[in-house]
Amino acid sequence: MIDLFLRSIFADNLILSFFLGVCTFLAVSRRVDTAVGLGVAVIFIQTITIPLNGLIYSNFLIEGAWAWLGLPDIDLSYLKLIAFIGVIAAMVQVLEMFLDRYMPALHRAVGIYLPLVTVNCAILGGSLFMVERQYGFSESIIFGLGGGIGWALAIMALAAIRQRLAYADIPDGLRGLGIAFIITGLMSMSFTVFGTLHFR
Amino acid sequence: MSDTLKRLYDPLIDQNPITVQILGICSALAVTTSLDTALTMSAALTVVLMAGNVTISAIRRHIPTSIRLIVQITIIASLVIVIDQVLQAVAFDINRRLSIFVSLIVTNCLILGRAEAFAMHNPVGPSLFDGLSNGLGYSLILILVGSVRELFGTGELFGHVVLPTVAQGGWYAPLNFMLLAPSGFFILGLLVWAIRAWRPRQVEKNEFAAATAIAETNRGRT
Repeated sequence: MIDLFLRSIFADNLILSFFLGVCTFLAVSRRVDTAVGLGVAVIFIQTITIPLNGLIYSNFLIEGAWAWLGLPDIDLSYLKLIAFIGVIAAMVQVLEMFLDRYMPALHRAVGIYLPLVTVNCAILGGSLFMVERQYGFSESIIFGLGGGIGWALAIMALAAIRQRLAYADIPDGLRGLGIAFIITGLMSMSFTVFGTLHFR
Repeated sequence: MSDTLKRLYDPLIDQNPITVQILGICSALAVTTSLDTALTMSAALTVVLMAGNVTISAIRRHIPTSIRLIVQITIIASLVIVIDQVLQAVAFDINRRLSIFVSLIVTNCLILGRAEAFAMHNPVGPSLFDGLSNGLGYSLILILVGSVRELFGTGELFGHVVLPTVAQGGWYAPLNFMLLAPSGFFILGLLVWAIRAWRPRQVEKNEFAAATAIAETNRGRT
């Protein structure tokens, strides 16, 4: 379990080794405070939606899920995309309303990033990886939490570096997007080294 | 006519979805370890982009603004499911290697971005054209990155030997690094640099210089 948790944060980092959520990663990493807000929102949503999607997939969509109704041949797994994206969009809405009602301070801090999370590939990708790698319920919670933390860690690190870079003298053509890619590449190299570590 | 031509050429370099609009990068990096996956992905994405643009543009007057995102995502997701099933039937092996990235076309910001920015406000014909040209711009980058990574990573293109590797008795020692994740970021970063050296208009303004200039003028005023 600890192994899976640490792997999903470092070695199998969603951005740095699977390229998930790079668009938002590059667009929102100009300032540290916005990066922290988005990172927290991603951790929340990942931890909620991945186990929820796992339950929906294994109880309704997987082949043979309707056997108790006398319909063992029904295989709805091709519907997983629409189901997952629906769950993600709904959970983002619910979480936003919940935060607005009970934790207004937190809502002011991360509220505006929640809609961005809906179209973040890392969230949908996390759910799809969970199906592809056949994680159980408890594993999916750990994977969701770890994946979210890994994503948040990467975006905060990049934002911190980019804020410093404003004072660096970079060749014209590399400024902005180009240098962000190269920094991400270096971060990705250092994160792959964690893949050789094992905790049991 | 020149207007139409401009709309076709613009997304190739000057308004390239990946290097200028910063849309759809996730899949561009993940599927480019070999040229055939890059080509399959480009074709799948271009088809979804065109079909999605046409569908959304055709019903644009009937979509209520408040729920337009959900409607757009549902349309796109349905198209992606169709493509995914077709790929599984026709090219099962490649579909296997693309893993979850065909499904992730749903959240590819490029498709939603074009639907929102173009198809919602334009008739069917231009929307189809916009989908095609943006799809081609995306494909161009994927093919470039894919061919660099496959050629230097394995010495092959499309699985045909171009640079005979040491293991096969040739002279080329393959750079395994090219097949790992970081090289994707590096190549795309260098590609952005190359394009901007060629087209200086795309260079982003210097935030620090802008900030100091503002500070200078403020100081002058006081």
